[in-house]
Amino acid sequence: MLEVAGITKSFDGFKAVNNAHLSVEKGEIVAVIGPNGAGKTTLFNLITGIIKPDSGRVLFNNEDITGLPPYKICRKRISRSFQIVNVFQRLTVFENVQISILSREKKTWNLFAPSKRLVVRETESILESVGLIDKKDRVTAFLSHGDRKVLEIAMALGGNPEFLILDEPTAGMAAEETSRCIDLIKRLSKTMGLTILFCEHDMEIVFGIANRIMVMVRGSTVIQGSCDEVRCNEAVQNAYLGGSDVCLM
Amino acid sequence: MRKKTLLFLIACIVLLLLFPVFLPRFYVYLLSIILLYGLLATSLNIVLGYGGIFQFHHAVFYGVGAYSTALMLTKTAMPAVLAFIVGPLVAAALGFVLGIICIRLSKLYFGMLQISLGSLVWAIVYRWYSFTGGDDGIHGIPIPDILSSYTGAYYYTFIITAVCIFLIYKIINSPFGSALQGIRDNPVRSEMIGINVKRHQLLALTIAGFFAGVAGSLFVVVDNTVFPDMLFWTLSLEILIMCLLGGWFSFLGPMLGAGVIVALRTFVSTYTVYWALVLGILMMLVIFFLPNGILGYFEERFKKMLIEPEIKE
Repeated sequence: MLEVAGITKSFDGFKAVNNAHLSVEKGEIVAVIGPNGAGKTTLFNLITGIIKPDSGRVLFNNEDITGLPPYKICRKRISRSFQIVNVFQRLTVFENVQISILSREKKTWNLFAPSKRLVVRETESILESVGLIDKKDRVTAFLSHGDRKVLEIAMALGGNPEFLILDEPTAGMAAEETSRCIDLIKRLSKTMGLTILFCEHDMEIVFGIANRIMVMVRGSTVIQGSCDEVRCNEAVQNAYLGGSDVCLM
Repeated sequence: MRKKTLLFLIACIVLLLLFPVFLPRFYVYLLSIILLYGLLATSLNIVLGYGGIFQFHHAVFYGVGAYSTALMLTKTAMPAVLAFIVGPLVAAALGFVLGIICIRLSKLYFGMLQISLGSLVWAIVYRWYSFTGGDDGIHGIPIPDILSSYTGAYYYTFIITAVCIFLIYKIINSPFGSALQGIRDNPVRSEMIGINVKRHQLLALTIAGFFAGVAGSLFVVVDNTVFPDMLFWTLSLEILIMCLLGGWFSFLGPMLGAGVIVALRTFVSTYTVYWALVLGILMMLVIFFLPNGILGYFEERFKKMLIEPEIKE
């Protein structure tokens, strides 16, 4: 479904992403792992068009989407959530998700219909499924960090994606929130059939939900394979454990 | 709750309609000016408070709207109605053109480029004696008879302002308005959920230009003159202050700000030429104590009053 081939991006001579490869099949959950600064977020930014690559290609459903602006990529039904919480601070939880749906339905050029009455049911059903329905009238600035991370996912769902990219979905969450969030991700994959690409530092989560794992070190792909393949790979052990012969996890 | 707001609104409208009956001419004139400045400030707030775009030179669209109307009334024999329609349209067109150029930049850089381009327009109006009358402006603009009396001008201003404010309200609460507020809070995220940020901002700038132009054409009716100061940057600053003072996150905040500033300018300046000093001190106090503006402060208090009983339960 998604095919990233030899993608490279450098900032002032520093190669943040250097010849990275990634492939994701339909229905899979793929995790990207790597030490801090490995270029995981940059890779996601390259896929979603927030920054343009220096070289390499991104193919989605066999269509070249390299370097398209983010709003066009979103219309191909790729949605993402951000690592650093990125929501509409002054608006309510409800409005945050609603805008995302309105945008997908191309209603944002409508100047005179009252938006209060538009796509209410769909917005509420998304909030229901992520468990934010009780807080729908809260202004997002006053939401807890964990709730805002979940709202991130809800907004991404508003675009009715086939392909969901989650950048550290559980970062900074309390233990209980984390387990709820993981349940949510599993549910999205199983019941809605979403293809999910995510990155995460918590290895327990990664090995718990990913079908395949891609390991990035210093901007390059070390390996992409099944959990077991990755676990016992020598290069991965070098990167993470300084070359000891203990398997990860 | 809804009923009360409606009643309050109707009472306001009736009161405003009755004012000319018992108020002397000067106050009716003043009220017309407050209304049209209120419309002007509200039009700026579409892009400033709701769009998060630093439109620093909004007066240009007001001035251009006024000049277009005035020039059509004085130099052509076309029906007056047309002049009142063309004025705002020219302002909207200018809003679109300046928007295309400035929208490449964001935040303060947008504002800086906009001030310079706007000043260019001011310079053209100021220098082009043969066409715009230069620094003399245009006086004694022929106005249709019904509007030429001070009550006629007042009622016209009142009706047009009310209609425009209603339209702006509709726009702010439409899907477009929601998208615009999303862009204000977070442009990157907006783009990521499929919104073409620049195009939405451009439409907002055009709409704001249009309503500023309407305010300009109202000034022609109320005052029968136009002059280059109408598009000077100091007026832009004044409009900006109206928004901040009244509350740029409240829909009627700019209207209130316009009332306060026009009243200050009129009454304080009879005592001292340094009326701007009073304004400056007031502005500082507002920034320190009411960062959301006057109306913003009261809205917050009101919300708290509604929420607190719930929390106690």
